[in-house]
Amino acid sequence: MNTTESRRRFNPWSFLLNNSTLVLFLVVFILFGLSSPRFFTSENVINFIKQASFTGIIAVGMTFVLLTAGIDLSVGSNMYLSAVVSGLLMRSIDLPVLPALLVALLVGTLFGAVNAFCIVYLKIIPFMVTLSTLVIGRGIGTALTESQQIDLPAPMAQFGQLQLIGIPMPILFFALVVLVAYAILTRLPLGRQIYAVGNDPEGAEKAGINTNRVIFTVYLVSGFCAALAGFILASQVIRVDRSFAEGREFDAIAASVLGGTSLFGGVGNVFGAMVGAVLIQMVQTGLQFNQVNLYLQPMVRALIIFITVLFDSLREANLAKLKRRFIRSVDAEPQQNDTAPVPNRNIST
Amino acid sequence: MTILLEVNEIGKAFFGVPAVKNVSITVNSGEIMGLIGQNGAGKSTLMNMIGGVVQPDSGTMSFEGLPYRPRNPAAAYRTGVAFIHQELNLFTNLSIAENLFIENFPTRRFGSLRWIDRAAVKQRTEEMLERVGLSIPPNFTIDRISPGERQLVEIAKALHLDAPLIILDEPTTSLTTRETERLFALMKQLREEGKALIYISHILNDVKMLADTIAVMRDGELVAHEPAGNFDVRRMISLMVGRSIDNLYPARSAQPQEQPLLTLDGVTAKGVVEDIRFTVRRSEVVGMFGLMGSGRTELARILFGMDPFEKGTITIDGQRITRFTPRNCIRQQIAFVTENRREEGLLMNINIAENVALVALPEFGSSPLQVIDQEKMLSSVSQALNVLQLKSGDITKQPARSLSGGNQQKVVIAKWLLANPRLFIMDEPTRGIDVGAKYEIYALIDQLAASGSGVLFISSELEELMGVCDRILVMSRGEIFGEFSRDQFNAEDILRAAFREQGAPA
Repeated sequence: MNTTESRRRFNPWSFLLNNSTLVLFLVVFILFGLSSPRFFTSENVINFIKQASFTGIIAVGMTFVLLTAGIDLSVGSNMYLSAVVSGLLMRSIDLPVLPALLVALLVGTLFGAVNAFCIVYLKIIPFMVTLSTLVIGRGIGTALTESQQIDLPAPMAQFGQLQLIGIPMPILFFALVVLVAYAILTRLPLGRQIYAVGNDPEGAEKAGINTNRVIFTVYLVSGFCAALAGFILASQVIRVDRSFAEGREFDAIAASVLGGTSLFGGVGNVFGAMVGAVLIQMVQTGLQFNQVNLYLQPMVRALIIFITVLFDSLREANLAKLKRRFIRSVDAEPQQNDTAPVPNRNIST
Repeated sequence: MTILLEVNEIGKAFFGVPAVKNVSITVNSGEIMGLIGQNGAGKSTLMNMIGGVVQPDSGTMSFEGLPYRPRNPAAAYRTGVAFIHQELNLFTNLSIAENLFIENFPTRRFGSLRWIDRAAVKQRTEEMLERVGLSIPPNFTIDRISPGERQLVEIAKALHLDAPLIILDEPTTSLTTRETERLFALMKQLREEGKALIYISHILNDVKMLADTIAVMRDGELVAHEPAGNFDVRRMISLMVGRSIDNLYPARSAQPQEQPLLTLDGVTAKGVVEDIRFTVRRSEVVGMFGLMGSGRTELARILFGMDPFEKGTITIDGQRITRFTPRNCIRQQIAFVTENRREEGLLMNINIAENVALVALPEFGSSPLQVIDQEKMLSSVSQALNVLQLKSGDITKQPARSLSGGNQQKVVIAKWLLANPRLFIMDEPTRGIDVGAKYEIYALIDQLAASGSGVLFISSELEELMGVCDRILVMSRGEIFGEFSRDQFNAEDILRAAFREQGAPA
């Protein structure tokens, strides 16, 4: 059938549109590099990827949530609270770094479980649940520290400076999280069910998927990722203060959406989120390199996000057009006659 | 033959309206049971209870001799009931293979995790697709395949569950003839294998040909369940409606006027339709016939401004329409009754009254703030619904979702009636609707024409076009391939044109 043929044909335009974020990424990278040659140094590149890894890790967790058409606004507070709890333990009872990391992950995952419980069993919409836990989480953290800054001990600083063949520890964790998340989303039944739930929750229920379990899991994943990112961020700045990781949720959502994840669920992948996170950080670093007015920087970042999302929306419309089924050949190829027998069956009398 | 499913005195009501009243029925293994009835007769509700979609208010069921009370569709699957719904339940963002195995992937252990066994998934999907006669790679995502192909994927999905009971609710509406025949052969084969099948259809000849026993429902009750040999089509219809129907089509009460209403001149959209020219006059019902994929629906979408076209002009009442958007088309008093009620025609979670009021909403605004005059709106809405004889509970409370297919279609038509259209484009308005409701829709089309509107009636049921229309246009591969006026109507000629066997493009 000629429709099958036309579906398989490679189309460079559609390839370009499908990978618009990557293309934009390269364009921005080259533009910044041309305006400031030092931008291209491996030192700088490693630096902004390292800076991107905190946002990147929570963006991966956010992608899980967005795939189910949910949202998790509480990740910034979660980063703060889990870092506070592990930080307090490190200071008060000299808890070593690794157990402290486990404590942080436990706190973050529990935080996610609270979100999940309210969403799945109390049936409150994710936006309201996570907006509340955003406030409550930071509130608990502030109460625990009496609003004081926590300075972290030396082992934490050493942990923060770990490297493997010249690659800083945050980047390694970032890469690991992306790979594991990719494997979960594409190779485990759970991963495919997340996509199914995002596409059609009612249909997923009808297909026999335990949708409650799936939705519960994505908020656990998001909580886990937030705690991991918070702990790593704490190891870099070696202190946790009141405004620690404030507003990170928006960078994470932006990174995920830049990477092609739909807020309506069912569409997206973690590599996109990774590229999105690095892109956002790269723009930030590039603006600093070019000494753009500090107050203008947030606006330029917002503009970049706007342009990408606009591009994405154009892409959707264009892809829909490219994927349209043709019922007659556009170029005048001869058509073979693949007609069916006479459809004279619809007679009700 | 052994009894597989036994239903005892089962009942269910929605919003105080009983949908199924004390129905008892048995289904045997190795048998196809045909289930027929008008829209709203309770067929879907009965099947939904068996499939675990809704829970009965009263009564009991047993499956393979054990008590059976599925809490949800998943429980019904596990017990062995596969339910192929009229409205498809596929995930458009996933591949065919993933759709087949989504709730139960074959896995391989690796460490403590169970990974999807992709080779097994691919191989088993290919086997299933082969069985239903589809030659599409298993990794194609659903949004890339046609409605007919999607229906066959849905059937393949039921097969791989290997369920002893398979329920098929109107499975052939989006299939081509060849695909339908393939499905029927498959159903017979499943019967040989000892499966029980429940087959719901409005195409009574198909039911008679396939089924071993036929069950007829009317007003929520089972009025007959006998061997298929006891029925002929006339008896099936009279049991369904409770009286015998002599005329399937109402007499036409108006003559087309001379004045052209809609004129298409050379409308072309590359790869979709080519050089379309025709006229619809006031008070005229023009039928548009064609095989699946002939471009009928695509042309309707262009006419309503939902898809673009590159060349040609469209005029209405002598005035050329330049800006083609659905909004502008509504302003030009064009109404579009879509083929796809669930996705395009109705807001499923919104109540009936608001669905009906939607298109005409600006008219109920009272100045200066355009606040909606609820009373005015409700009285217009109930008037329109009365004309159409809608069966429902409280129209301000009951969501459109809870209506039967035929009643949903009435809501769609009522919605447009309020906007007083000059031109009605109806794309398959009787699809999945029973004989009685079809007659009501035909009568309505006649009334619309009598009141001076033009109607473009798109259908793949040739008989109804011949029964209702003044003129029939035949589309084939995106072109108008023939035109027949009422005195030239002849099923064989029209079909030949649809298959491009004679005649030149008109």
